[in-house]
Amino acid sequence: MAETITLTLTVNGVLRTVDTHPMARLLDVLREDMGLTGTKEGCGEGECGACTVLLDGRLVNSCLIPALQARDAVVVTVEGLADGDRLSPMQAAFLTHNAAQCGFCTPGMLMAAEDLLRRSPNPDREQVRAGLAGNLCRCTGYSKILDAVQAVARGEGGQP
Amino acid sequence: MRSYLPDYELKAPGSLAEALATLSAEPGAWTPLAGGTDLMVLFNAGKLQGRRFLDLSRVYELRGVQDEPSRLTLGALTTYTELLEQRAVHQFFPNLAASARATGALAIQNRGTLGGNIVNASPAADTPPSLLAYGAELELVSVRGSRWISYAAFHQGYKKMDLAPDELVARVRLPKPQGLTFHFYRKVGTRQAQAISKVCLAAFARIEDGAVAEFRVGLGSVAPVPARAPHAEAAVTGARLGALPIAAARQAILADITPIDDIRATAHYRNVVTANVLGQMLGDLEKVRA
Repeated sequence: MAETITLTLTVNGVLRTVDTHPMARLLDVLREDMGLTGTKEGCGEGECGACTVLLDGRLVNSCLIPALQARDAVVVTVEGLADGDRLSPMQAAFLTHNAAQCGFCTPGMLMAAEDLLRRSPNPDREQVRAGLAGNLCRCTGYSKILDAVQAVARGEGGQP
Repeated sequence: MRSYLPDYELKAPGSLAEALATLSAEPGAWTPLAGGTDLMVLFNAGKLQGRRFLDLSRVYELRGVQDEPSRLTLGALTTYTELLEQRAVHQFFPNLAASARATGALAIQNRGTLGGNIVNASPAADTPPSLLAYGAELELVSVRGSRWISYAAFHQGYKKMDLAPDELVARVRLPKPQGLTFHFYRKVGTRQAQAISKVCLAAFARIEDGAVAEFRVGLGSVAPVPARAPHAEAAVTGARLGALPIAAARQAILADITPIDDIRATAHYRNVVTANVLGQMLGDLEKVRA
């Protein structure tokens, strides 16, 4: 029988401590131990991207990260994008472009889109498609999502 | 069905010595876990073999890249993203860059490791064909010492490897090709991202005096292991550009593969497509101006 560990990590700028199993998924630590339910579980096998977060500045599937590997890490989830009630430009662009249908893929899409623009501030359509290739939208609303990301890249994010 | 957490144990040694001592004390009891992109999928599905896992992510000795004039040495924990950040990978081993890009999507490339891809031993893995085409060598370490072996001899059967229970793959070494070289990588899958290959072929050729002086092919998804193509290699090695024995090589490669029917493709499809991709590759090689 394995023992639990005390896990300390920074989530959305706040230092958090939880007692958890070392093999618990980061996804479950975020959702269940910390109540950050913005991050979704889709496939549970790293294919759909619904659980995407930033871990130490890199885009990851949180369903594939054992808690022990997140020890002392810096995590950003979709809840960390807005500044209080003020949406990030990407979130605002998703709203104005109707880039969310059922909304289940949206948190992961937002994280991948934010990561893409940090690495490549002026992506063309193909680069946006490549940047979001690990995020599936089963409503198939890809055009609106690509439009939203390109709008932010052109500096047209803004509040809706 | 999800795995039941209390059944599992995971610990993270802080050094290579500590990791090797743990493996040596109870050989076979601990399964190494690196990026988790394969093992955690099985864990989530309740299909993970073994109960005790050794998280290698803090074993700093398994990280890092050594770029020497004649060779490139990659720590086993090098991620696909880190591979793509290496200038020498793009300069000397473009197939390796192509295979890193073809693996999963970005979030997988940020976590998955070269050593994990090798030891997971999937016949459909994306980097092994490139490593085979480049004549890679592996360093295996244990408390008993270190040994280097040819990667081509590492896979011995489906998920069977020349790797003792107390050993870890520590480093991957690639000789830098010199002179006029040709590189080809093609993964055939249902889409560019997140697909598992139906057929994968990586090839490397060195051209000297208008002829193929050196030629290696690595294959994925067409045998129980990532495999070289000795018959096709023999058919092409020594041939002159402009007169490559394309039809003979296409025939020869069928003796190198033993594909099966599975959910991704049929054996027939894999035979046809392997020969077609080899034909495409040789057509490209013909166009090299020596």
